Amino acid sequence: MSATPDHYEFPPLDREALLRGLRAIVGEQNLLHSEEALRPYECDGLSAYRRLPQAVVLPATVAQVQEIMSLCHARQVPVVARGAGTGLSGGALPYGDGVLLSLARFNRILQIDRDNLTARVQPGVRNLAISEAVADLDLYYAPDPSSQIACSIGGNVAENAGGLHCLKYGLTVHNVLEVQVVTVDGELLRIGASSFDAPGYDLLAVMHGSEGMLGIVVEVLVKLLPRPEQARVLLAAFDEVVQAADAVGEIIAAGILPAGLEMMDNPAIRAAEDFVQAGYPVEAQAILLCELDGTEAEVTALADQVEAILEDCAATEVRSARDEDERARFWLGRKSAFPAVGRISPDYYCMDGTIPRSQLAHVLTRIQALSDEYGLRVVNVFHAGDGNLHPLILYDASQPGELERTEELGGKVLELCVQVGGTITGEHGVGMEKIDQMCVQFAAPELLQFHALKRAFDAHGLLNPGKAVPTLHRCAEFGAMHVHHGELAHPDIPRF
Amino acid sequence: MGEDRDIGEALCAQVIEAAQQRKPLRPRGGDTKDFYGEAINAETLDLAPHRGIVQYQPTELVITARAGTPLRLIEAALIEHRQMLPFEPPHFGEHATLGGAIACGLSGPRRPWQGGARDLVLGTRMINGRGEHLRFGGEVMKNVAGYDVSRLLTGSLGTLGAITEVSLKVLPAPEQELTLVQQAEPMTALQRFRNWRAQPLPLSGLACLDDRLYIRLSGTEAGVASARERLGGELLDAPFWDDLREQRLAFFQADPEVPLWRISVPPATPLLEDVGETLVDWAGALRWVRSDAPGQTVRELAERHGGHATCFRGDCAAGRFHPLPETQLTLHRRIKQALDPHGIFSPGRMYRSL
Ligand SMILES: Cc1cc2nc3c(=O)[nH]c(=O)nc-3n(C[C@H](O)[C@H](O)[C@H](O)COP(=O)(O)OP(=O)(O)OC[C@H]3O[C@@H](n4cnc5c(N)ncnc54)[C@H](O)[C@@H]3O)c2cc1C
Repeated sequence: MSATPDHYEFPPLDREALLRGLRAIVGEQNLLHSEEALRPYECDGLSAYRRLPQAVVLPATVAQVQEIMSLCHARQVPVVARGAGTGLSGGALPYGDGVLLSLARFNRILQIDRDNLTARVQPGVRNLAISEAVADLDLYYAPDPSSQIACSIGGNVAENAGGLHCLKYGLTVHNVLEVQVVTVDGELLRIGASSFDAPGYDLLAVMHGSEGMLGIVVEVLVKLLPRPEQARVLLAAFDEVVQAADAVGEIIAAGILPAGLEMMDNPAIRAAEDFVQAGYPVEAQAILLCELDGTEAEVTALADQVEAILEDCAATEVRSARDEDERARFWLGRKSAFPAVGRISPDYYCMDGTIPRSQLAHVLTRIQALSDEYGLRVVNVFHAGDGNLHPLILYDASQPGELERTEELGGKVLELCVQVGGTITGEHGVGMEKIDQMCVQFAAPELLQFHALKRAFDAHGLLNPGKAVPTLHRCAEFGAMHVHHGELAHPDIPRF
Repeated sequence: MGEDRDIGEALCAQVIEAAQQRKPLRPRGGDTKDFYGEAINAETLDLAPHRGIVQYQPTELVITARAGTPLRLIEAALIEHRQMLPFEPPHFGEHATLGGAIACGLSGPRRPWQGGARDLVLGTRMINGRGEHLRFGGEVMKNVAGYDVSRLLTGSLGTLGAITEVSLKVLPAPEQELTLVQQAEPMTALQRFRNWRAQPLPLSGLACLDDRLYIRLSGTEAGVASARERLGGELLDAPFWDDLREQRLAFFQADPEVPLWRISVPPATPLLEDVGETLVDWAGALRWVRSDAPGQTVRELAERHGGHATCFRGDCAAGRFHPLPETQLTLHRRIKQALDPHGIFSPGRMYRSL
């Protein structure tokens, strides 16, 4: 029952009737409803937001998902999908008067097609499990988020997850050919195809990054790639963060597309080194990790070229991983950076803005100034190659007011990203967390267009209510409307 | 030669007027791909004058240009900095525009390795059916704020609105590129493609026509040289890939009475020779077939192999595009309604009821 084009209301919930209906579909053992049983599902990887749903339901077949959606649709009960719950924007945060639908039991790899280089998997399969399953064929699945040992492929589609190698190999949207989706009213849709350019609109792209707002992904067909003959990682140390940022631009300008190009600042280097002994130079103000891959001949030629560039950019040291073991260790430090930072601070808050590469040095300097102003430490770990920043703000949630100040600082950082021509989220999604900053990035007509698109899939707004796209009312309350080139974009739009 | 111009406001005004009068409008760029879609009756929304490169900083690997910008100007600007459009869009005429290339969503021979048009689109500006000029996506590589409307517009043939500006990811042009030819029957060629796809080779084209197999290698000098040694074949000194992309090969010039089908299939699909003469591209994933078999037959064959068939050129009684199942079509109608509530943008251009 929708009141305005961007806002929905739901009828009062009959909890007992809902539970009876769900029980009839999945059985008591796959239905959680006591407070104790619901507790582990109260949040995703962003634990600052917590909420208990009415029930958690754990179906194991597509038919069950269809029945659950039909039931909830008939009763007008909101549904939030959950993969592994590693999301960092509150996307899988439950809806209080709704059902949390966990895809955890959909954990099978259904088919590996070595002739067509694809794998058909269920949505609850862990990202890394795919590469592991095809390793003996010398194949792999390219997108590798740092959370890859835990996060699910369904969650990857819903967030359009990136990884350390997406500069060269693309994001989830570039590596998925087809998804099967259960719609809000329980229909099964095939979106995309096992061939390229499926007929009709590119709904496959729309599903990517749609944060569980448009349908439930119940099967995914991913592309597999041949493992490069060789991969080599160079580690370069710098005395100044700005020099490292400049080196990133120089590598790209030389026409080189590294498989990965990552940067860490001093606090991140120290934290990672303490945690996993990656062999990082702890005195450096910044390090760059640059991975080059290809045939042996290619890698050798590229590595020489990159080494020369790094030295020209005043690197104090350039190391090349001597063997596979050292290469794995260099990456382990980077992949463990978040948990490593978790050890040096009671809490941390991870940002995800993306900026044009040329703005790296400027933005890093501004973030440092904001950090000083707010008296909160900021650690920088990021995908330098594609300008995707992950400033981690260190705070202590037990100190009154500190979370609020952290969120304010975080908001400032995201607005800075928008100002320099970037975006508030590169790969973690808007979810609950960045919903207010959407008002800064988009003008009212664009937000309304998103809402209209949502309604094409979900007329009553039952899927993941209140996430991803703010209502105009919320933007008015937040007090930020999109400002472009210094002027309010649509001064004529009423602000409630 | 036109000049750089921003006619965004005039375009919006024309759309608003058409919306008020419920008159269909058809966005048009260089008019080089009129054949690609159903014939419709609609007033032209001329995007050709809306042109110019808005932003291009080579180190960002992104170019932004207005929809009417000729593709060849964009390619010329890129090559000056040793960069390229990785999806190699077909031009089909010297006036081809960026907007038209994205609205059609067609991609050249590099598709299996570097992605198609949809993979390289980072952002768009567009005018929706209310005459609102909107901006989606952006100029950065990674962006998940809001639904991906830019990719939704790619290949939508102007049925959802007018694309006015596009930001694309570009890539460094390879240091070295060469083409090798081997003699091989199509069956053997498909077998070789299958082997090579699964190996880490610097491939950027694999095609087969008339018992000849074409290999394009792109990359560093060292990488290309070692792959060349491994694969073998005669060096070819002819613009084969451009001629393939632009359909200038004799295969495409043959009897125009016989429809040309574009069949997209999983790459390991066996030869579809019983329907007609075939050119294999995309390492097996694309089959150009000349066939006067009934459309239904060609489409059933494609579907049996997990693919779909577009009647690319010629007379297509069965409709140009592979039909959608009813549930899909319903969703498509709702999506069109969301962007174009009065149904003024190229109704019927993709499917009669859309
Ligand atoms: C330490 C750490 C490092 C990380 N590093 C990265 C990184 O490098 N790159 C990156 O991109 N992300 C990273 N993330 C974020 C997170 O892992 C990704 O967003 C991941 O894709 C989430 O997957 P999930 O299965 O945990 O999804 P969840 O958190 O369970 O859900 C995420 C969203 O997807 C929806 N959803 C889940 N499954 C489905 C489905 N089957 N159908 C429809 N909607 C669904 C949910 O409703 C929710 O909106 C990191 C997280 C952590 C904790």
